[in-house]
Amino acid sequence: MTGDPGNMSCEEFQAQLSELIGSGEDAAAHPHVQSCERCRALLSDLQTIAEAARQLFPSAEPPDEVWTQIESAINREGK
Amino acid sequence: MPNSTPPTHSPNRNLPNGGTEPARKAPDSDAAAAADVLALAQAGDHHAFAQLYALHKRRIYSLCLRMVGNAAEAEDLTQEAFLQLHRKIATFRGDSAFSTWLHRLAINVVLMQLRKKGLSLISLDEAMEPTPEEGPSRSFGAPDLALTGAIDRLALERAVADLPTGYRLIFILHDVEGFEHNEIASMLNCSIGNSKSQLHKARLKLRDAMRAQKRSEEQS
Repeated sequence: MTGDPGNMSCEEFQAQLSELIGSGEDAAAHPHVQSCERCRALLSDLQTIAEAARQLFPSAEPPDEVWTQIESAINREGK
Repeated sequence: MPNSTPPTHSPNRNLPNGGTEPARKAPDSDAAAAADVLALAQAGDHHAFAQLYALHKRRIYSLCLRMVGNAAEAEDLTQEAFLQLHRKIATFRGDSAFSTWLHRLAINVVLMQLRKKGLSLISLDEAMEPTPEEGPSRSFGAPDLALTGAIDRLALERAVADLPTGYRLIFILHDVEGFEHNEIASMLNCSIGNSKSQLHKARLKLRDAMRAQKRSEEQS
């Protein structure tokens, strides 16, 4: 792997990307990303997915029967 | 034990003077009321337990539903999670937020169910460590396959459902439900860095799936 972050290849950058993100660094500010359209597109895609996630799987209420069953089971266990 | 209907509002939130707006209370007051309910439930007060159920049922059921994708199964899992809560609530010591503790309990119930269904999951640790072949591919593809514009919500939901369990779990907890990495680390007993890097890999897997679909649409 090259010692200069600005000269690393896409493969080298992406190989260390999850570790970079895990360490809390801002991947978008990495020197490689500044000069690489492909890796900028990758980070943009990941951001698009994160933003779209907020619209996924609307939250829902369980039906009332769930509580009825919980209560029955608690009563059985209490006997 | 008397039957009781769980209230639909948090405690002490009665409408003032028959008004139609919920009473606005200071956060400290809400937190104190919630702590009182929790303490009563820990002491065996059935009505307080019903209030806890009312407060947390939506998030726990939604988590179960998002993880298993089947309403009947999610109902069973929600029931089991709250039964386990009833059995274990006296052991809660407040080392983490109660909702974090309850989510951890529910996650374990979900993972146990997935194991029963034949997935080779044994523990949260294994859920968090997908096999190499389950990991995302590196992406050196052409930029013209970038996911520009609106993403097809249903296609993304299908892709999430196809994620390996650990990736699905962390993606749902962070990106869908909005938990912070420190909360997830506490729920899953992992480091904050691990939570961040696993989430990144989950998003990469989703990108792989969405790009594959886009490629297939362009070819047909």
